[in-house]
Amino acid sequence: MVLQHTNLKRPRKKKQHQSKVLMKGDNKVSKTSTYGITGFGGYIPRLRMQRAAIAAAHKWMAPGLRSLGKGQRAFCSWDEDSNTMAVEAARDALGKRSRADLASVFLASTTLPFADLQNASIVAGALDIPNTTRTLDLGHSQRAGTSGLVTALRDTSAPALFIATDRPRGKAASTQEISVGAGAAAFTLGSDKVVATLLGSVSRTEVFVDHFRAEGAKYDYFWEERWIRDEGYMKLVPEAVKAALKETGVAAADVKHFIMAAPLKGIAAAVIKKSGLPAESEADNLDENCGYAGSAHGLIMLAHVLEKAGPGETIMLVGFGQGVDVLVLKTTDAIKDFKPVRGISGALADAQSHDAYLRLLSYEDSIELEWGMRAEKVLKTALNEQYRSRFQLASFVAGKCRKCATIQFPQLPYCVNTACHAPRENFDPYPLADQLAKVLTYTADSLSYHPSPPLYVGFAQFDNGGRLLMEIVDVGAAGLDVGMPLRIVFRIKDIDKARGYPRYFWKATPLQA
Amino acid sequence: MASGIKDKVAIIGMGCSRFGERWDCGTAELQAEAFEEALKDAGIERKQIDAVWTGSGLDAVNTGNSAIPTAMALRLDGIPVSRMENMCATGTETLRGAAYAVASGAADIALAIGAEKLKDTGYGGLPTPYKGTFNDLWLPLGSAPAGFAQLAAGYRAKYGFSKEELKRALAHVSWKSHENGVLSPKAHLRKQVTMEQIINAPMIADPLGLFDCCGVSDGAAAAIVTTPEIARALGKKDLVTIKALQLAIGSGVESTTDQWDGSYVRTTRMAAKRAYAEAGITDPRKQLGLMEVHDCFSITELVTMEDLFISPDGGAVRDELDGFFDRTGGGVPCQVDGGLKCFGHPIAASGLRMAYEVYTQLLGRAGERQLSNPTIGLTHNLGGVPYLGIAAISILGLLG
Repeated sequence: MVLQHTNLKRPRKKKQHQSKVLMKGDNKVSKTSTYGITGFGGYIPRLRMQRAAIAAAHKWMAPGLRSLGKGQRAFCSWDEDSNTMAVEAARDALGKRSRADLASVFLASTTLPFADLQNASIVAGALDIPNTTRTLDLGHSQRAGTSGLVTALRDTSAPALFIATDRPRGKAASTQEISVGAGAAAFTLGSDKVVATLLGSVSRTEVFVDHFRAEGAKYDYFWEERWIRDEGYMKLVPEAVKAALKETGVAAADVKHFIMAAPLKGIAAAVIKKSGLPAESEADNLDENCGYAGSAHGLIMLAHVLEKAGPGETIMLVGFGQGVDVLVLKTTDAIKDFKPVRGISGALADAQSHDAYLRLLSYEDSIELEWGMRAEKVLKTALNEQYRSRFQLASFVAGKCRKCATIQFPQLPYCVNTACHAPRENFDPYPLADQLAKVLTYTADSLSYHPSPPLYVGFAQFDNGGRLLMEIVDVGAAGLDVGMPLRIVFRIKDIDKARGYPRYFWKATPLQA
Repeated sequence: MASGIKDKVAIIGMGCSRFGERWDCGTAELQAEAFEEALKDAGIERKQIDAVWTGSGLDAVNTGNSAIPTAMALRLDGIPVSRMENMCATGTETLRGAAYAVASGAADIALAIGAEKLKDTGYGGLPTPYKGTFNDLWLPLGSAPAGFAQLAAGYRAKYGFSKEELKRALAHVSWKSHENGVLSPKAHLRKQVTMEQIINAPMIADPLGLFDCCGVSDGAAAAIVTTPEIARALGKKDLVTIKALQLAIGSGVESTTDQWDGSYVRTTRMAAKRAYAEAGITDPRKQLGLMEVHDCFSITELVTMEDLFISPDGGAVRDELDGFFDRTGGGVPCQVDGGLKCFGHPIAASGLRMAYEVYTQLLGRAGERQLSNPTIGLTHNLGGVPYLGIAAISILGLLG
């Protein structure tokens, strides 16, 4: 059943706490509506680097990394970033759901590609979300995901899309490099078919500088892990957890899932123990096959938990970074009826294992390789052309001719059908991103400059009759063949390094890695 | 159908520079080399030229936009000189412009010249072209071999050849051109290679290896055209006339709709049908004495044999391996001068270089590689990629 909050006490006024911790955010949800999470999904890059390969590369100077050389970490291909992952996570959550009713789109991350150009607008454009939707970027803290989600859940009433996405970078041979991953999670929020409600939340703010990254810096600067653990997590989190349990009236023993994403090993279990939560409540931190995906990681874990959760289960979600967020959520009966397209589990399973460590460095722009003169091509984007063409390029929209039913991309001034040639005014928009396609022709081009050689290129033949030449990415060892099924993904088409501008477009990828 | 151009225009002079890595020459010097030979061959002076079509393909190299650099290089003062660019079909396009000027009566004598200085890029292969502000936003980057290699995937899927079978036929295409290139003094690559060398060469764009790709060369070629009447008045006896000049361009059907299966070049078929009709050819496999086709890649030449209706669909592999296109194979000799593969492929010069070989063979001047009394030959010059192509075909023959 959907939990109603009308029978709960109104938040009482807080007494001034003795510590400097700000307590104003403490309250259980007083909204009378049943606003909550209505859908969820996520994305983890297909590419996984074997941690043993990273450790082996650094053995000469950092032999201690060997102890971290287990499992594999997710990493972005050269043409993925926090925006592309956000789009894929949102597609996973939205499925065939209409986007027309979404009143707002929130995008939380600390690794968005643009400092001044709203990333959420790019993501919303790719998702074909109406331009009447409010869009907002959130960031600047490992709590960006949890603080953003709690804000959206508390302060929003209309249907919304909340996405957290991150691809933390670690300097070569750092523990971050070998530990972190990448990924995104997306949630639809609303009042219809709510799958999880927010029982209450607690937030604390403390300028506890466990790490920082200055504006424009590439890597984080970290303080000693032992101090972060003892003075940070172990002191700040249990207090907030306790307050959250008190506020929501939830007994510690009733917490079924405890989610606390952290770059430190074993810290969630220690907090669980100190807070008196059930030991078995610790959620899978996806370390084995993904790694810590920064400010998005807690929400990725939440999407993963929701995939498997039954009705009436209590979930505690903790975010840490210059303070603490604790969200207490409870699933409803409707959770049985929602399924993401493939979910975090599907994304985790869709793995392509790599052991060439320099690939990771090159994709993260951490090593300068000799790409030859072909890489000198000027990739300046005509921004006005990009704006003019957004009706077909932003969210990959073909035209379907009303006169002859031919589906065509790109949409040029006249219908391509030689027996028709009707003007474009006769076209209806026909989105291609979710359409099925197969390989018609292909080649592996070793001559062209490509950051992940060879460049796979070929015609994607859509089942609906449309076709176009596409870049085919994340091709596995099996290569390509005519007739191979493809799906369409949102990626960076080119990176204009001289001007720092990535331009996005859609590519095809084999259904199976 | 329009009455066509058959026998309305005669080629009275041709020139072709030595192709290759011409470190000694810029575009202007290459143009001058071809120009001088053509003038001498025609037996005319510069001032007798009424109009000029000059071709160059790539702005990244060469001498830039417009016809002005050509006019300056060749000192073509005050007459109409137009620059033509239609990708790799540019050479044949310049001939088309000059021939149409003569046929219309707008010019008595016209010059077609194409030149390309590819080796000024600093690396092997062609420079990556710009595709315009819109296409740059969505169309994948891809090299020329990547565009044509896809024909192999489509061809194999349609006719069921194994990778190895097709690779062998493709290797024969290149092997044969290397054999011919040896006998071609102005050719870029004049070296025999073995089938094994070809098959085992490094991969460029699967399944095309290094020897499946044509030479990237510097070069220029030129033709001087006039009417048969003026030619005779100039004292010319054996006249080579234009029997057909056709061009077909794709409007997106292949690349946008499911009306193409990836196994052939639609524009070549359209241009070929019109060219045969214009020239009055009904059975090209029997009637043509030689062909110079656009073998930018081995797979292109292979499917072109079907697209020109020489081999039946799916039959080019057998014809190729049977030696039907070899110089001495008893069929229709193809790429007698080595083709793009070995003579070289300076983009805008290639269409005219093909005409130069046909012209030379028809006049019996081909020396060691001379065929026995050909009377009619075909050039096939392909711009773009198989699915967005510009097919330009000329048929040249002895008059009367």
